[in-house]
Amino acid sequence: MASPTHKLPSLGYSYDALEPAISAQIMDLHHSKHHATYVANLNAALASYSSASVPDQIALQAAIKFNGGGHINHSLFWANLTPASSPDANPQAAPQLIKSIGETWGSVGGLQAAVKAAALGIQGSGWVWLVREQGGKAAGRGGLRIVPTKDQDPVVGGEIPIIGIDMWEHAYYLQARQFPLHYLNGKASYIDNIWSVINWKTAEERFLGGREEAFSVLKSSL
Amino acid sequence: MASSLLRTSTSALRAATRSAKPVGAAGLAGTSFVRGKATLPDLSYDYGALEPHISGKIMELHHKNHHQTYVNGLNAAVEQIQEAQAKGDMAKAASFAPLLNFHGGGHINHSLFWENLAPSGKGGGGGPEGELAKEIDETFGGFEPLRKKMNAALAGIQGSGWAWLVQDGEKGGLSVITKANQDPVTGSLKPLLGIDAWEHAYYLQYQNRKAEYFDAVWNVVNWETVGKRMS
Ligand SMILES: [Fe+2]
Ligand SMILES: [Fe+2]
Repeated sequence: MASPTHKLPSLGYSYDALEPAISAQIMDLHHSKHHATYVANLNAALASYSSASVPDQIALQAAIKFNGGGHINHSLFWANLTPASSPDANPQAAPQLIKSIGETWGSVGGLQAAVKAAALGIQGSGWVWLVREQGGKAAGRGGLRIVPTKDQDPVVGGEIPIIGIDMWEHAYYLQARQFPLHYLNGKASYIDNIWSVINWKTAEERFLGGREEAFSVLKSSL
Repeated sequence: MASSLLRTSTSALRAATRSAKPVGAAGLAGTSFVRGKATLPDLSYDYGALEPHISGKIMELHHKNHHQTYVNGLNAAVEQIQEAQAKGDMAKAASFAPLLNFHGGGHINHSLFWENLAPSGKGGGGGPEGELAKEIDETFGGFEPLRKKMNAALAGIQGSGWAWLVQDGEKGGLSVITKANQDPVTGSLKPLLGIDAWEHAYYLQYQNRKAEYFDAVWNVVNWETVGKRMS
């Protein structure tokens, strides 16, 4: 039985559209190489899965989790970014979410400080996510949390990913001194600057919707 | 565990930690921690000396920034543990164990890494010799199969981490293992050769083409150091 083949989703903007926060070179490599490799490896693992023996299937599960997670996480990431000039990059594009953030962290600044602390605490490769607990009251207090995940572990279970930030070194390292904003090993400034290209409209939609809506980006890449 | 780490450590590690005891989880239960502070060890070659296989820019950032951050993190963790311990708050002291493992591991791993590298043609490259070559032949069927095995291990790391050629201090045999993030090689295993598979180790030069870095790094492996680590 042939399993559906996953495809690399297209970005809703050009590779250079997130400059100066994220350089075109990083976006190009990140999307056309890193994400494409997760998709290719996921498809390869799924293709051999159904005809594999049970021990081989168990061995393939690590590859499916890693590459499937990589595909899910990057698909969510591209959709929660937008050019800084877009109205969607303004937190006002997410009135309900901002209200809830205010109740939880006092302000967007409070959220940003908490996200930064979580991101800097990751020991190795990983992601930091703003999530909402499914079933939690959308506009109510307590539904929002910050969750760091390791490597390509996706946010699974009862949580809805709202904003994800890739904390792998490949996400920022190439921005060296010649760039207006430079990172290299300075991941704190990468986190500071990525807020200028966060897509608050997408974040609001994920916040108000369920997991179905949050993961809808994956359906379009099947 | 801490003392076995000390026994297996190299001169680089001893120099790097000076009077400091190497860190390990066992250190938490110990009565004394570190007398001196961990310091960044000097490299025995210039930043540009491993080119074209590892760029000078990578070496400089890797040593001066990344390794220094682990040194600072280790010293901070040790200090916080000592403070908590002095107040008799063992739960709080224990809560710093992950930081100690991460930064202590980062310091140990990088100290070993710098010493198991050398400029190509000036101690770097070629292949294992003497007893080490004999052991590698017996275990892996030769240097080339070892290289392939280690490169496959490096390529298989899902995230950040290291691949190590290790010797079992009790049973004696060689093997290739991987460690996640900055987890150091511990227990009866003795690190002989470590390759850093974090993206910061190659990204500025090789970007996503990490297999090219894993191939190139063998041109700067210091086999004399690796051989000396074997008992
Ligand atoms: Fe990524
Ligand atoms: Fe490193």
